[in-house]
Amino acid sequence: MNLPLLSLIIFLPIVAGTVMLLWPNASRDAIRRLALVTATITFALSAWLYVAYDFVAGGYQFVEKYPWLPELGISYHVGVDGLSAPLILLTGVVIFTGTLVSWNIDRPREFFGLLYILATGVFGVFAALDLFTLFFMYEVAVFPMYLLIVIWGWEKTREYAGMKLTLYLLVGSVLALVGGLAMVFAARDNLGYLTFDLLELEKAGLSVGFQKFWFPIVFFGFAVLGGIFPVHNWSPDGHVAAPTAVSMFHAGVLMKLGAFAALRVGVMLMPEGAKFHLPWIILLTLVNVVYGAFIASVQQDFKYVIGFSSVSHMGLVIMGIATLNHDGLLGSGVQMFSHGVMTALFFAVVGMVYDRTHTRHIPSLGGMMKKLPWAGVAFIIAGLTSMGMPGFSGFIAEFPIFMGVWRYEPWIAIVAAISIVVTASYVLRVAHKVFFGPLPEEFKDIPDINVFDRVALVTLVFFLVGIGVFPHMMVPWIESGVNYVLTILGGA
Amino acid sequence: MDFLTNHLLTLILFTPLLGAVVLWFLPDDKKTQRWAGFLFSLVPLALTLWLWARFDFARAAEFQFQERAVWYGPINASYHLGVDGVALTMVLLTTFLTPLALLASFSVQDRVKVYYMLFLFLETGMLGVFLSLDLMLFFVFWEIGLVPMFFLIFLWGSPKGERHVWPGLTVPSRVYAAFKFMIYTMAGSLGLLLAIQMLGVVTGTFDLPTVIERWNQASGTILGFEASTLKAMAFWAFAIAFALKVPVWPFHTWLPDAHTEAPTAGSMILAGVLLKLGAFGFLRFVLPLYPEQAKQYAAALAFMGMMAIIFGAFAAWGQEDFKRLVAYSSVNHMGFVVLAIAAAAWAAGTEHANIALNGAVLQMFNHGLTAAGMFFLVGAIYERAHTRELKKFGGLFGHIPVYAGMLVFTSMASLGLPGLNSFVSEFLIVRGAWPVFQLFTALSMIGLLITGAYILKGIKDVLFGPLTELADHLTDLTLREVLVMVPLMALMLILGVWPMWLLEVINRAVGG
Repeated sequence: MNLPLLSLIIFLPIVAGTVMLLWPNASRDAIRRLALVTATITFALSAWLYVAYDFVAGGYQFVEKYPWLPELGISYHVGVDGLSAPLILLTGVVIFTGTLVSWNIDRPREFFGLLYILATGVFGVFAALDLFTLFFMYEVAVFPMYLLIVIWGWEKTREYAGMKLTLYLLVGSVLALVGGLAMVFAARDNLGYLTFDLLELEKAGLSVGFQKFWFPIVFFGFAVLGGIFPVHNWSPDGHVAAPTAVSMFHAGVLMKLGAFAALRVGVMLMPEGAKFHLPWIILLTLVNVVYGAFIASVQQDFKYVIGFSSVSHMGLVIMGIATLNHDGLLGSGVQMFSHGVMTALFFAVVGMVYDRTHTRHIPSLGGMMKKLPWAGVAFIIAGLTSMGMPGFSGFIAEFPIFMGVWRYEPWIAIVAAISIVVTASYVLRVAHKVFFGPLPEEFKDIPDINVFDRVALVTLVFFLVGIGVFPHMMVPWIESGVNYVLTILGGA
Repeated sequence: MDFLTNHLLTLILFTPLLGAVVLWFLPDDKKTQRWAGFLFSLVPLALTLWLWARFDFARAAEFQFQERAVWYGPINASYHLGVDGVALTMVLLTTFLTPLALLASFSVQDRVKVYYMLFLFLETGMLGVFLSLDLMLFFVFWEIGLVPMFFLIFLWGSPKGERHVWPGLTVPSRVYAAFKFMIYTMAGSLGLLLAIQMLGVVTGTFDLPTVIERWNQASGTILGFEASTLKAMAFWAFAIAFALKVPVWPFHTWLPDAHTEAPTAGSMILAGVLLKLGAFGFLRFVLPLYPEQAKQYAAALAFMGMMAIIFGAFAAWGQEDFKRLVAYSSVNHMGFVVLAIAAAAWAAGTEHANIALNGAVLQMFNHGLTAAGMFFLVGAIYERAHTRELKKFGGLFGHIPVYAGMLVFTSMASLGLPGLNSFVSEFLIVRGAWPVFQLFTALSMIGLLITGAYILKGIKDVLFGPLTELADHLTDLTLREVLVMVPLMALMLILGVWPMWLLEVINRAVGG
């Protein structure tokens, strides 16, 4: 197959986004139609790529490599393995559903334009097999976020939150960049030539001392975006301030970007450093998991609840990575996808409620099930997923993570399990307050959601239930990716 | 036909779920939904009867009709089903009670479609627990059943009543009960979840027969623990999760709330089947996985069972609310099951253990019938009078004779009158437990005495004494309601005079 499928997926959004921004006198409808067509094609292509990935063969597939700055050993090198293929699909799902729920956004030209530029960055990071490509795409993904939050965000906190988010992530990426450069130059001494190619850096044989020093810097640089404690603080503020589609992107995909890059660059390039440092990092993620759940349970703002629940769930992703064993990594891989879809669904529902009621204050809401039954059912499904209820993808993800932690250190698993009950209690409380109980007088006439919103909700629910009932939909992909990681860890 | 036989368990398990999906596409008309839901629930019953006919009773101790498929390959969890005699008995109970509960629900007026869908979904969840031979699959069904039950209490629970939770927070009673049910059970299952994960890590599989074999051979240091410490911890994790579901003293406090607030059919299934899940868990998982720990801690379990019997009886006696009275009677009756299981664990392999286990399983079945009947009768009178306060009733014996007759009959079955079902099973339990835990069994007899007292109190307050002004609203049972009760009462009587048809299956299953 000569079609450069992966590059097509990566660049289609940015091309469409640029067209939107430059298209003179385009009507609102023309922009929206272009956006919908782009999102649908991107989703279809990413699904195609996912299905076409041969997990029996494993390894990197759909690889494309073109020299970019050959003198510096930099090339445009992309490819997907079993861990990144589901994340490409996830990005496709979120861009599709995010576009659908933003149908009535103000200034669609700039909004969709920026959103699609961001999407290209995200696809690029997941596919990158070259450190420079990865950093380049990473910045492409982070920068539009600032504008999207500051322009379309919630009036009260958007400037603060946008600034906070951008500064956190910039500091993180600078740290990671410095670490990355250090690796490249250290590798040059071993290899004899300069390269940014991740596959070659893996074999560079960086010294154990080097790895021990640089691992935490690189890992943390990326893990900031993954929301690791104690630098998780930007994320709930960012989620709350952002407009719906951006929150979906942000919590659904961007946080995975951090965890994925921490694994891809941190753990896979410096396995010895990972083995040395992860024992204390896993304790930080334990704080994420338990503390995040408790903080979520005392929030009065609908969106903050979901924001902090993301902190808790992303803690599980990084915890699974930190176990460095088969089960933990497997669970992390599934959790990245599952949490992405789940949180996108959460934020979509929150957005639908907020657009109609103009409040997110939980005690002021009530009885929404009567007015927005689709959204209510979707929220309950997302809630059940987040409390790890069997039959939904969250269970399929968290179960092996906990098994991995059992292998690693039983006490951590036992303590982390507390979060399950805490999550159940706040999810049920929020569902009860917002969707049941008496409907406040002022919301008697709010309209139900439209057909675009419904398609978005059904698409997201499909993945949560599908994976929950048939883990085979996703697990073989992840496992082939995990096996590759394990060979690196074992061989180092 | 071969397909049907080879996949009989899958069919039984998923026809209710399929029914729920079909209901979703049917028109949202109350009558259609009710009949469709009811008729659909007859399919698993028919399939179960067919299963019963094809079941090889001589090998009742073995798992039959096994089905196996890869489900979650990388961690070796599979879709593995099978029935032995105990599971068969429980499957029969479930598929028998569900249609009756759905028939009893014809009086539900609000959101009928969702109600029937949830109920069928619940049936699949319960059946899955009895049929699973894979620990992870078992946990899936164990937890998933909570969701429909939560919503049944939360949305269709009794409309009246408020509960003061803490200063500044007052919620409707049904909301309080639903949350308490959900959070209690989830918290109880937490240890179970962790222990199952641990078993998976240690044995490398979740397939129950393999896990039992490998786990019992495990010794030395496991995961940094002494094997005996880890086994004791895992034993209690399992035991607490199941004890909470049974429920046995001191974990029973969610039950009176949940039962009282649940809609009538919800209480029927809650008492009739859901409580059995806990007892079944002891039989299927705790005894085979932890024979030594079960023996070591048998006295503690027996003590808890005894306390459930005594306090359950006293608490029931003290109730002014008819439904709460019946709810506490469940604690009382299920206490016998736990007492029997404890005795069997202590005296494993002896004749006493065998008798006690026979009694336990039969008591599970019997209590399913009597509790469902009692809750239905309480619900029927509540629907008419809109109150459950015993003091407000009176003198109804001549006023609504069919109802009165059925109430007396069912109460007597519950009391353990010889000739009716509970007598047989309680006798077997006492006979089996007596040589093992003499003191506990003797003290439990106090509970049995009080059982007589509270049952008679219920009958007296409702049926005798002067007629109250409520009587004007009270009409006798309708034909539909009679049809709910007749199969239950018939089985109570049959099991009372000729229990052997069921006991033989149970005996072969537990004795083998």
